[in-house]
Amino acid sequence: MSWIPAPVSRFFHRTSSPPYFYALADRFIPWLTVIFLVLLGAGLYGGLYLAPTDYQQGDSYRIIYIHVPAAWMSLFIYVLMAVMGGIALIWRMKLAEVMLISSAPIGAGFTFVALVTGSLWGKPMWGTWWVWDARLTSELILLFLYMGVISLYGAIEEKRAAARAVSILALVGVVNIPIIHYSVQWWNTLHQGPTVSKMDKPSIHVSMLVPLLLMAVAFKFYYLIAVLQAAKLELLKRETSSQWVKALLEKQA
Amino acid sequence: MPIIQAFWAIIRRDLLLAFRRRAEMANPLFFFVLVVALFPLAVGAQPNLLRAMAPGVIWVSALLAALLSLDGLFRSDFEDGSLEQMLLSPHALSILVLGKIIAHWLVTGLPLLLVAPLLAVFLGLPEQAMGTLWLTLILATPLLSLIGAIGVALTVGLRRGGMLLSLLVLPLYVPVLIFASGAVDRAASGLPVNAQLNILLAMLLSALVLVPLPTAAALKMSVN
Amino acid sequence: MSWESFLYMGGYAIYVWPAYGVTALVLVVNIVLPVLQRKQLLRELTIKQKRSQAR
Repeated sequence: MSWIPAPVSRFFHRTSSPPYFYALADRFIPWLTVIFLVLLGAGLYGGLYLAPTDYQQGDSYRIIYIHVPAAWMSLFIYVLMAVMGGIALIWRMKLAEVMLISSAPIGAGFTFVALVTGSLWGKPMWGTWWVWDARLTSELILLFLYMGVISLYGAIEEKRAAARAVSILALVGVVNIPIIHYSVQWWNTLHQGPTVSKMDKPSIHVSMLVPLLLMAVAFKFYYLIAVLQAAKLELLKRETSSQWVKALLEKQA
Repeated sequence: MPIIQAFWAIIRRDLLLAFRRRAEMANPLFFFVLVVALFPLAVGAQPNLLRAMAPGVIWVSALLAALLSLDGLFRSDFEDGSLEQMLLSPHALSILVLGKIIAHWLVTGLPLLLVAPLLAVFLGLPEQAMGTLWLTLILATPLLSLIGAIGVALTVGLRRGGMLLSLLVLPLYVPVLIFASGAVDRAASGLPVNAQLNILLAMLLSALVLVPLPTAAALKMSVN
Repeated sequence: MSWESFLYMGGYAIYVWPAYGVTALVLVVNIVLPVLQRKQLLRELTIKQKRSQAR
C-alpha cells in the first residue's frame, strides 16, 4: 500500500509478526492490569460510595456504572471486530484474524453483562425482569450476532478459512447493526410498552458522571488485557509447530 | 459470452432445474401454510386474537419458509462441482451469484404471494390490509433471499450447516420482519404505510447492490 | 456511612450486588479461561517436544 508511509507500514509488519507480538503482549499486560485496577478502584469508589443516591431511583441506579459501560463495550468491540475483519480480508494479516476471533467471546461477555444488569435494574424500575425495551432488545440481537460469529468460527475446521468467514460475517453484521438498531427503536415507539425514560439519563450530575466515565475507560483497559490473553492462546494454537514456539518452550524449560 | 448473457443463462438454468423438480418447489408453500395453520390450534380460535396476531404470524411463517428453502440455494451446485465452475468462469462471481439469488427467489419467494390471500382469510386479516400484505411480500421476500444468501455461502461447505445457518441469518432478518409486519399491522387498522414500504424498498435496493459482494467472497472461501 | 448501610444499598442490595457479581464473574472468566488453556497447551507442547527429542 503506497499511501501508507514506510515507517508506519514497517512498524505494522514488525508488530504483527507472531513472536514479536507475543513478547510485546507479555510486556504490556502487567502495566495494563495496573491501570485497569486503579481505574476500576476509582470508578467503583466514586460510583458506589461517593456518588449521591438518586432521588427517583434510590440506590438501584448504581447498576448504571456497569450496565452502560458494558453496553458501550458490546457495540465498540463488534465495530472493532469488523475493522479487524476488513484488515484481515484486504491485507491477509494473520494478527488481525487472531485479534478478531479473540475479541468475540469478550464482546459476547459484555453483551451478556449488559443484558443481565439491565434486567436486574429493570426489576425494581419496571416490576418485571424483562420488558421489550429498545435498548435491551437491540442488545439481545447483538448477543445473537456474537453467537453467530463464535459458532461459525468453531464450525469451520480449517482455521484460516474460518477466520475469513468470520471476517465477512463481522462486516455484514456491522452494516446491519444501525439498521437493526433503528428498526427496533421504531418498533418500540410503535408498540409503546412501559416507560423507558427512567433508564435514559437526561441530565446526570457530575459526581455521577465521573465514575461512569472512569468505569467506561476501565472496561476499555480490561478489554485490552483480555484480548491480549486470548490472542496469545490463539497464536500458540495456530503456530504449534513453528520455530518461535519451539524457542519459547525451550526458554521456559 | 458477455456478462449479461451469462447472468440470464444462470437464471434460466436454475429455473429449468427447479422446474424439473416441481414437487420440491411446492414444499416451502406447504410449509408456509402449515405453520400459519398451527397458530390457531396453539393459541385458540378467538377471531379477535387471530386478527391482532395475523401480520406477525404470517411474516414469521414467511421468514421460516424462506429460511428452510435457503439451503437449496448453493447446496446442489456445491456438491456437483458446478460452483467451482462458476468460480473459474471469467465473469464476475458477484453477478452470477445475483442471478442465482434471483432465480431462487422466483422459485421460493414469489409463490408465497399466491397463498397469502388464503392465509389472510384463515386469520381474519381485514381486506384493506391485503394489498399491503402483497406489497410487503413482493418487497421483502427478495430481501430474505438476498440476506440469506450470505449465510448460505458461509455455511455451504459444512456438512451440518442448517442450524448454524438459522443462527447467522435470523438476527439479520429482524429489520425486515419489523418493517414488513409493521406495515401490514398499520394497514389493517387503516393507517398509512408509505414510510414502511419506502424503507423496505430502500433496503431491497441497497441489498441488491451490496449482498453479492460478501456472498461471492464467502463462496470463494467455502469452495477452497 | 457504615458498612451495613453500604451493603444494604438503600434496600436495593438484591439487585445491585448480583449485577456487580455477574459482571465480575464474566470479566474474570474471560481472563482466566484463556490463561489456563494456554498453560495447558504449553504443558502439552513441552511434553511433546521432550518426547521427540528423546527419540
